[in-house]
Amino acid sequence: MPQFPATVAAPGPEHTSDRTSGRASEDRTLILNMGPQHPSTHGVLRLVLEIDGETVVRVRPEIGYLHTGIEKTCEAKFYQQVVPLTDRIDYLCPMTNNLAYCLAVEKLLGLEIPPKAQWMRVLMNELTRINSHLVWLGTHAMDLGAMTVFLYCFREREDVLRFFEMVSGQRMMTSYFRIGGLALEPPLGFFEKVKKFADRFLGNVDEYEGLLTGNPIFVMRTKGVARLSAEDAIALGAGGPTLRASGVDIDLRRDAPYTGYENFKFNVPVRTEGDVFARYVCRVQELRESIGMVQQALAGMPEGPIKADSPKVVLPDREKMKTQMEALIYHFKIITEGFTVPAGEVYQAIESPRGEMGYYIVSDGTAKPYRVHMRGPSYANLQALAKMCEGGLIADVVAAIGSIDVVLGDIDR
Amino acid sequence: MPLDPPITDIEQLKSHPALGRLVGWNSSVVQAVKFDRDELAIWIEKGAIREACAILRDSADCPFNYLCDLTCVDWYPSEPRFEVVYHLLSIAKKERVRLKARLDGSSPAIESVTSVWPSANFYEREVFDLFGVRFTGHPNLQRIMMPDDWEGHPLRKDYPVEGYR
Repeated sequence: MPQFPATVAAPGPEHTSDRTSGRASEDRTLILNMGPQHPSTHGVLRLVLEIDGETVVRVRPEIGYLHTGIEKTCEAKFYQQVVPLTDRIDYLCPMTNNLAYCLAVEKLLGLEIPPKAQWMRVLMNELTRINSHLVWLGTHAMDLGAMTVFLYCFREREDVLRFFEMVSGQRMMTSYFRIGGLALEPPLGFFEKVKKFADRFLGNVDEYEGLLTGNPIFVMRTKGVARLSAEDAIALGAGGPTLRASGVDIDLRRDAPYTGYENFKFNVPVRTEGDVFARYVCRVQELRESIGMVQQALAGMPEGPIKADSPKVVLPDREKMKTQMEALIYHFKIITEGFTVPAGEVYQAIESPRGEMGYYIVSDGTAKPYRVHMRGPSYANLQALAKMCEGGLIADVVAAIGSIDVVLGDIDR
Repeated sequence: MPLDPPITDIEQLKSHPALGRLVGWNSSVVQAVKFDRDELAIWIEKGAIREACAILRDSADCPFNYLCDLTCVDWYPSEPRFEVVYHLLSIAKKERVRLKARLDGSSPAIESVTSVWPSANFYEREVFDLFGVRFTGHPNLQRIMMPDDWEGHPLRKDYPVEGYR
């Protein structure tokens, strides 16, 4: 294979920005652009690969193609108006984003959330995790050449999206969790349908595993590929299944329980190999644990209100607004001028399907957040990608990207 | 659940492993502390931030070995204008702490912590891009979200949310 010069002219010493041009560090290597339109980058991730033959020497992720300035937009909105924006950050797990934001604001306010709302939040969160992991499993397997799994995963994902539609009216941008509780009561027949799904879902997971876990092609593409040691994973800030597959036993649902996770029994799958296969095993195992939690939530669902008793923060019920003067006034005030939040700052982290999703909110005592910062798990995981790929083959880059489960909306925000 | 008033007395909070370690190392770098809503924030003298981070990372009894998040808050028009915020987590002890460093608005710069945690790389680039805070010693301090030729730093408070600049 002939060696092509990487760039036309060698840049001068004053040339410091190799961000968009890209130049090879040695004569024998060349630069290969992967993305932003490459189908296996799951969005608009661009990787500048420096390759020596088939071997990857250096990986430079280029991001920002989806940057929409959500953090800036939040500063101009009332607290309750930010909730729909959080859906759009990580579009595969809208509910976990809603939850992290709502928990952060509730912590700022010192609000107490009724038990039914908490259990519903756990239930919907685990369904969201299943939804997100199913998309990951389907697309990851398809990247590695297993088309059937994709179709099976999206078949079950459709069921989960129907549950989202039942409770919130939306399939993806749900905005179902609100500050102080939930938007709506779950409709009649909802729990029975989820129960039916939960009862048969373990069989579906067996089906996916039957197609992949023992599949020699899949195993050869994943075992020993894109390794990441525990030290590197911690130093590079990886999170979630990526971190757990490297042998670090951390799960915020168990270690720093929020919204009632302390009432649930579940195992945290941890592997020590740190390769693509280990991440696959962790996530598939998490699917099984999640459906167990869904069943626990269905069995123990308490009765009671779904919103906190705080009329200045939580919108009143529609029925009350038609009969009570105060409810109408509070509704008008919340919609037109928001609610004030005591000054202070909080960092609320939750375990999203991809890792630690953190919201850092600074309040200056007005009705609009002074600063909202989202700590996206994909952003942190992306930094570990370079370490995984360097020294490997080009074809394994695809497996590595799939294994960290990037969502570009979460990275660029 | 009414909010408890914040605690700002260093002596009362010394039992927290992060503060205890920092005060034991060099009490002059700790400018202020605040324990509010179950979260501890420590204001660190800006010149000592890298050493403070390294001390906390290598602390024997409670190593804060994981950098969760690094961001910035713009307090325009008051001075010191910027506050760089570090969120650390101890994976072993499940403890969290927030470090903060105040920077002036005229030419904000602070030492990079990429030598302590390589994961700070992207976070510091993001703060540089969106706030214009320089991190000395950063290996690749370039814009990350905005185009290379963008003018201004969008998350600064004097940058408009909408309309033309």
